[in-house]
Amino acid sequence: MEFTVNGNPYQHNGEGTILSLLESMGVDPAKVAIVVNDAIIKRETLDSVELANGDQIEIITFAGGG
Amino acid sequence: MTDTLRIGDRDFDSRLLVGTGKYSNSSVMLESIKASKSQLATVALRRFNPDLPSDDLYGPLSKIEGMTIMPNTSGAMTAKEALRVALLGRELSGSNFVKLEIHPNPHHLMPDPIETYEGAKLLIKEGFFVLPYMPADPVLAKRLEEIGCAAVMPLGAAIGSGKGLSTSGMLKIIIRESNIPVIVDAGLRSPAEACAAMELGCDAVLVNSALAAAEDPVAMGRAFAKAVEAGREARLAGIMRTSNHAVATSPLTSFLTEEK
Repeated sequence: MEFTVNGNPYQHNGEGTILSLLESMGVDPAKVAIVVNDAIIKRETLDSVELANGDQIEIITFAGGG
Repeated sequence: MTDTLRIGDRDFDSRLLVGTGKYSNSSVMLESIKASKSQLATVALRRFNPDLPSDDLYGPLSKIEGMTIMPNTSGAMTAKEALRVALLGRELSGSNFVKLEIHPNPHHLMPDPIETYEGAKLLIKEGFFVLPYMPADPVLAKRLEEIGCAAVMPLGAAIGSGKGLSTSGMLKIIIRESNIPVIVDAGLRSPAEACAAMELGCDAVLVNSALAAAEDPVAMGRAFAKAVEAGREARLAGIMRTSNHAVATSPLTSFLTEEK
């Protein structure tokens, strides 16, 4: 499947859930928040929400800030 | 020790809030924050970069005992954008604390009072404990209190400027009128200024650059902890009044006067 992840094209070969995408990218789901096509995805649904070709995905994390 | 600061649903022993930006590396940041004894730290949000080793802030910060992590809405230029950032921050932090900051102009970083007010309304409706970064404006402070903000955070001076308590006249009015905690956010450069803010009657102070840009951020964290405690204690102790004339502290009796 092809997505746009954080503004860049991304080819994903695993299952279609967000959790599987994060695992394939080596991203710890506990440390990120996910937006799919402008909708914020609740943490408890990361393993159930199915992605579709062309989805725009944002992976957000904490950064230093005042 | 019962002098705790209540914000939202939490009681804090420390009246020093800290930011996590501008540090040379995250281990210095952590040690500095530990030394400051702060229990409330702000963080920002950014896109995750899979090419960089994860510079994880949440893990280490959340291991500091009693620490509450408060995401900010930095980058938002409107109330609606702030809501979006806040909702994302809550997904990450798992807490309802949010520092609302909307400053559209990168040159002066002054908070937009109108968007801040509208943003606070949106966030409160979503169940957040809203701590708005705001101009030192007593009228706006009262309006933000009336709609249910958990605290107000008027600026001492421009973000990162280190110009200290340049708004002290307005801060005094805000403190006198406020029924919610007043936290000076931005501008403080030295422990003396943090102490002065507490003596003025602020409930807490928030610093970031003052620690991160110090030559030794860990030692400076300790110094700020002491200064904030000293200022708070001085405020509670009741500071002496000033007088226009000298008032002797030693007896001026006349046993040294030569007899005539």
